[in-house]
Amino acid sequence: MFRALVNFYHRLGSPPHFYRISGRLAPWFIGLALVLMAGGLYWGLVLAPTDYEQGDAYRIIYIHVPAAWLSMFVYMCMAVAGGLALVWRMKMAEVMAVTAAPIGAGFTLLALATGSIWGKPMWGTWWVWDARLTSELVLLFLYLGVIALDNAIEDRRLAGRAVGILALVGVVNIPIIHYSVEWWNTLHQGPTVTKFDAPSIHWSMLVPLLVMAVAFMLYFGGTWLLRARNEVLRREGNRRWAMELPEAS
Amino acid sequence: MNRLMWATLRRDLLLAVRNRTEVANRLLFFVLVAAVFPLGLDVERSLLQAIGPSVVWVAALLATVLSVDTMFRSDFDDGSLEQMALGPQPLTVLVTAKVAAHWLVTGLPLVVMSPLLGLFFNLPAHEIGILAITLLLGTPVLSLLGAVGVALTVGLRRGGVVLTLLLLPLYVPVLVFGANTVHLSGSGVDTTAPFYILGALLALAVTLAPPATAAALRISLN
Amino acid sequence: MSLTEFLAMGGYGAYVWSAYGITVAVLAWQLILPVVQRRQIVRQIRRRKRQEARRA
Repeated sequence: MFRALVNFYHRLGSPPHFYRISGRLAPWFIGLALVLMAGGLYWGLVLAPTDYEQGDAYRIIYIHVPAAWLSMFVYMCMAVAGGLALVWRMKMAEVMAVTAAPIGAGFTLLALATGSIWGKPMWGTWWVWDARLTSELVLLFLYLGVIALDNAIEDRRLAGRAVGILALVGVVNIPIIHYSVEWWNTLHQGPTVTKFDAPSIHWSMLVPLLVMAVAFMLYFGGTWLLRARNEVLRREGNRRWAMELPEAS
Repeated sequence: MNRLMWATLRRDLLLAVRNRTEVANRLLFFVLVAAVFPLGLDVERSLLQAIGPSVVWVAALLATVLSVDTMFRSDFDDGSLEQMALGPQPLTVLVTAKVAAHWLVTGLPLVVMSPLLGLFFNLPAHEIGILAITLLLGTPVLSLLGAVGVALTVGLRRGGVVLTLLLLPLYVPVLVFGANTVHLSGSGVDTTAPFYILGALLALAVTLAPPATAAALRISLN
Repeated sequence: MSLTEFLAMGGYGAYVWSAYGITVAVLAWQLILPVVQRRQIVRQIRRRKRQEARRA
């Protein structure tokens, strides 16, 4: 069992195998994600009761919170892949680190946009410098920095490792950024706006939230695989195995 | 190892002394950015006092971002950096010495100059003192983090903008703690805790940034 | 519950639905982009293959 797993892991490290396996897996990830999203949204938008404080505006939670979770989770994935790329110089780890960044930026942007739209009826303005929105904004800048660095370096292998270092530096920084922004927020605004997550959320609201989170995670997995196999093809396009692919004939 | 450190430090400082105008220009940039700010505002004593520490800190940030590139640029272009990296000496030590040299010619003058800017903004004397101390603790962190960014971008033809994009988000905590500590002291709150935090950030940066810089340099030199 | 009532979202309809609209747009973009890019890359490989065949 263990040997089979190790074997699988090594095969994933080889681009042609990864290309084949990812092509088979990605549709399942995305399909399952879409099914879960449909279920989660039906539950969240139709079945879940109205919040007595925020009315129906709270229903933005079912996309805002999963997007915010994913924005952090994707950064962690990118940093882990970056670490693997640096320590073992694995080609596939470089590919995974580089391709995670634009997806993570997308989720961060989503968290910001939905948070701002949610904030308008709740706080009366589109933007407040509240701790969570601010750290999410800095996170977006971190992602954009990674993407800019990746685009600026022409040699793909070097780009992968440079992104790895930057992602690791960012991972050390994220908790510090979060803490500093929170500290700054308590100085200047007082605990005015952090009424969002009531300490106890009723299970009928929580279950669809978790379903949506799992759906977003699967969707991330699927699109990550799609982007990664594109990157593999771009890097190895003149190799024999890529030339002999049925879709290339 | 100590000898390598001193030799590199001496060499970089000597180069800086030969390039006096360059060093002076950085300082002038710092002063100008901060001095230009009140001109864009309705000059009112209380407003100036309120924004002063933040403006000085942002000016320090920009002055650092604009100058870190010189840390490795010329040595990279003429190939001496590659020689240094190929040598038997640990690259981390060399990097530390270079960062120290950069701080001595960029960060330290900013700290020395900051009381003058404090006067521009009508800051009371004890706030000027606090501002100088936060800069003293914070500017080395800026240089250390800057080194990582430069090491990643030094091989690029147009690395400047990318460098700015990389560094500014990483500078957020230093800016937040640096500027707000001065604000806090202005309202009479005890600032021991944020000083400790700035010190902790410095300790963290001193231990983690040089090895990261060395690793990034090896990639850029490839 | 009627459909209009559902769409009104207790008066917050504009906010809720614009948030969901943006989400659908971003998620769709994340899926469409790699699919389109894949097509371009495969086309490039095909072109390179033809060139090499002609040269041989």
